[in-house]
Formats: sequence, structure tokens, C-alpha cells
Amino acid sequence: MTAVAVTGIGAIAPNGKGTDAYWKSTVEGLSGIVPVSRFDASGYPAKLAGEVPFDAAAHLPSRLIPATDHMTRLSLAAAEWALQDAGVDPAELPDFGAGVITASSAGGFEFGQRELENLWNKGPKYVSAYQSYAWFYAVNSGQISIRHGMRGPSGVVVSDQAGGLDAIAQTRRQIRKGTQLIISGGVDGSLCPWGWVAQMTDTRMSTSDDPERAYLPFDPAAGGHVAGEGGALLVMEELEAARRRGARIYGEVAGYGATMDPRPGSSREPGLRRAIVTALDDAGVNPDEVDVVFADAAAVPELDRIEADAIDAVFGPGKVAVTAPKTMTGRLAAGAASLDVAAALLAIRDGVIPPTVHVSRAPEYSIDLVTGAAREAQVRTALVLARGHGGFNSAVVVRAAR
Amino acid sequence: MTSEATTTVAAFTLDDLKRILLSAAGADESVDMDGDILDALFTDLGYDSLALLETAAVISREYGVELSDDAVTAVTTPRGFVELVNSA
Repeated sequence: MTAVAVTGIGAIAPNGKGTDAYWKSTVEGLSGIVPVSRFDASGYPAKLAGEVPFDAAAHLPSRLIPATDHMTRLSLAAAEWALQDAGVDPAELPDFGAGVITASSAGGFEFGQRELENLWNKGPKYVSAYQSYAWFYAVNSGQISIRHGMRGPSGVVVSDQAGGLDAIAQTRRQIRKGTQLIISGGVDGSLCPWGWVAQMTDTRMSTSDDPERAYLPFDPAAGGHVAGEGGALLVMEELEAARRRGARIYGEVAGYGATMDPRPGSSREPGLRRAIVTALDDAGVNPDEVDVVFADAAAVPELDRIEADAIDAVFGPGKVAVTAPKTMTGRLAAGAASLDVAAALLAIRDGVIPPTVHVSRAPEYSIDLVTGAAREAQVRTALVLARGHGGFNSAVVVRAAR
Repeated sequence: MTSEATTTVAAFTLDDLKRILLSAAGADESVDMDGDILDALFTDLGYDSLALLETAAVISREYGVELSDDAVTAVTTPRGFVELVNSA
């Protein structure tokens, strides 16, 4: 099968804007989780978030400002950085040879809330004309496509947190079918009251107000997650074509697996283990070749248990390093998993595994969780896991290009 | 003459349109909005129909005029838009 490479990364996260800033903070264990400042969260059970303050006017053309949600602005910045990082001038790409495939969980929710408030408080005349698309799931793909003239195969994948990996897999399929280059991944977030109440329908969100104690996967005090915004967009292209143009190769997207969980209450096994096995088989990688697992890290005890059991079943207890740098950003919905893929590729580049911060592994888990500080290690192959609410499980294997 | 002059001063002008266009839709980086744009095509100025609809919505709220979507999207230049508002 045609090998597909990542040649550009644009990361934008609560603990760093731009790939270098994000990676430096992440290796140093610096968290971006803060009390919510984007809206008054004092009346809500969840009071913390991974926020990305962003001066849109400094980064984007003024034509795009009235038409875009905050997370779309972040994604436009990330896309531009990814293309620059890849050394690609989109104007030189064939019109229909380059595309955009992103993941989304809620579209432009903050924009949508504001305009719906205008609708019922003031009337239809006060609703922005841009509401017609600014809250769509596909809006980031569309805006990036328009801005850079990338009209090849494009779309959006909606599978909550798993979407960041599902978009990368969709991208790999399109490149194997002949598309030259695709911007892929996710930059997401819905830090607004509407987004908050939508996520508070169960106990997945942490109600702690201590940024160092709020999101503690695999810890005895695990009590849900902190939501955040941001993510990463990746430039992906066929490996050999990338080499011919002299591109820097971060690594290869070598394997992918996706499953759905059985219905709630079923006695059947959760789907995550099969997603991992499928991704390893797809990559032609044995478990003992995997150097690190970037965990989904739900921080809900039952879900942590399922993930630890799946890792143990495939790799053996304590046999592979496991980490969750998202403890520094919060869970970024559809942006989380592609940011983890970016971190995995940077871990391969630099020979360092970023830490899972603020966590002390609970004694009932036997996974080798990298806590405290980053761990130096040769990383050739990494597995990234992501689960979406509603039963989505996805796994991607990335490895140093051969 | 005096009353007609007063009417002209109160009329909607190109400067009014530019101010609202900039806040409602921004400006294309390659266009000089301070140049001679009165008869330029909105498509050449980088404004699509949605930008014009949003601009029309702001104008109708600020000036209390009714601008139909069909009339707004039929306008092709700033001169046409200014005339549309003044005839509303």
C-alpha cells in the first residue's frame, strides 16, 4: 500500500500557540487549564477550561472575522502554519489536487449560541447572515479550502473525540486514491454556555475548581475531564512524492483501526482493544515494536479501566509507555486526537515522551504511565487512541518514515 | 432649495456604506477601500452575496429601512447599493 506521510504540523493549544510553543510547554509539563474566562461559568458545575485566547485580527484577513466562530479562526491559523511548516505554497498546488478533511464535534457552537440569542431576544433581523454556515460541522474544512484554493477531496468527520483520528484515516484513503496533498485533523472547541450544558448531560466533566486536580486520568481521584479548545492540523501527502520534493518527513501514518462499542449494558467486550489490534495489523507492527501509547484518558474510572485493560491485553501489563499530554490542555473534542498525533510525531523527532501531569497512577492499574516529568526514550513507533462519546473507538499508528 | 439640501445631507452616502461594510464584512486585503470604488463591482471588491445581505441587515436596523433580499443581491456596485438604500 502507498505510504502516507505527515510533512507539516500546525498546533494550537491551551498551553501553546504554534507547534514549537505547544511542544515546548508539553515536554516541560506546563498546563494551560485555567478558570473559564470566556463566559461566566460561576453558575455551572464545571468551572475550568483549556482556553486559547487568540487575537484574530492580528492573524486573519478582516473579511473572515465577522463570518467565523472562534474555533474556525483557530483552525485557519493552524492550517496556515501547517502549510508553512510543510514548505507548501497552496497557490502552486493543482486546484483539485489538494483537499481539506477535518473533524468536528459541534461546529461553531459559540457563534451559533450568540445568533440564536439574537433571534429570540431581538428577532430574525438581528441574526448574522453568516449564521447560514458559521455553525456547520464542515465550516473549518470549507473556510480552509476557500482561503487556500484547495478544492480536491474534502469533508468533515463527526465522531466526537475519535474524529481527529478518523479524519486522518479518511485523508490517507484519499491520498492513496491519488490526491496530492490534504490538510487533515481537527481544531475544535465550544467554550460557551450552550456547549457546556450539552456536555454536562452526564458525569464526564470534572466539577473541580483546582486546575491541578481537575483532570486526573488513571488517578485514584479521577472524576471526569476538563474541556478545552484547539487541536492540530497536519499536512499529509504520499511519502515518496514528499521525498521527491525534498520535504521534511515527520513520520508515516502507518495504521488505523476503528470500532463501535456494543450497546450499553451488553456483556460483550468494549471495542477499544479491537481498534488497537486492527491498527497494529494494518501497520504490520507487532505490539513489542510500539514505543509509546497516547491514551484517550477519559478520567472517568470505568472508561480508564476499559482503556487500561485494552492496553494490558494487547501489550502486556506495564510493557509499553503510556502518556496523556492532554492533561495539560483538557479534552479538545475533535481537536484532541490530531494534537496527540502531532505530539507523537514530535516525540519520534526528539526522542522524548511528554508527561501526564498532576497524576499519580492508581495502584489498581498496571500500565506504565509516564507521570511527573518527560521521559527520554527512542520513539520509532507510537499508537494514538481516541474515544468519542456514543461508542466510537479509533486507533492510529504513526512511525518514523522508513 | 434649502429643504432639498437638508435632504441630501441626511441621505445615505458611500462613506456610510463603507463604514458598515467594514464592520459587517471586513475588507479584502488586496482592495483599497479608500480608492475610487463607487462603480467597482462588489465581486471585484471581494464581497459575496452573504456579505451584502449582512451589510443590508445592519443598514436596515440602523436606518430603519426595509431592504428586500432580492433587491440587495441584485445590486452589483456601491453606487447601486447607496441608491437602493436612499430609495427605500
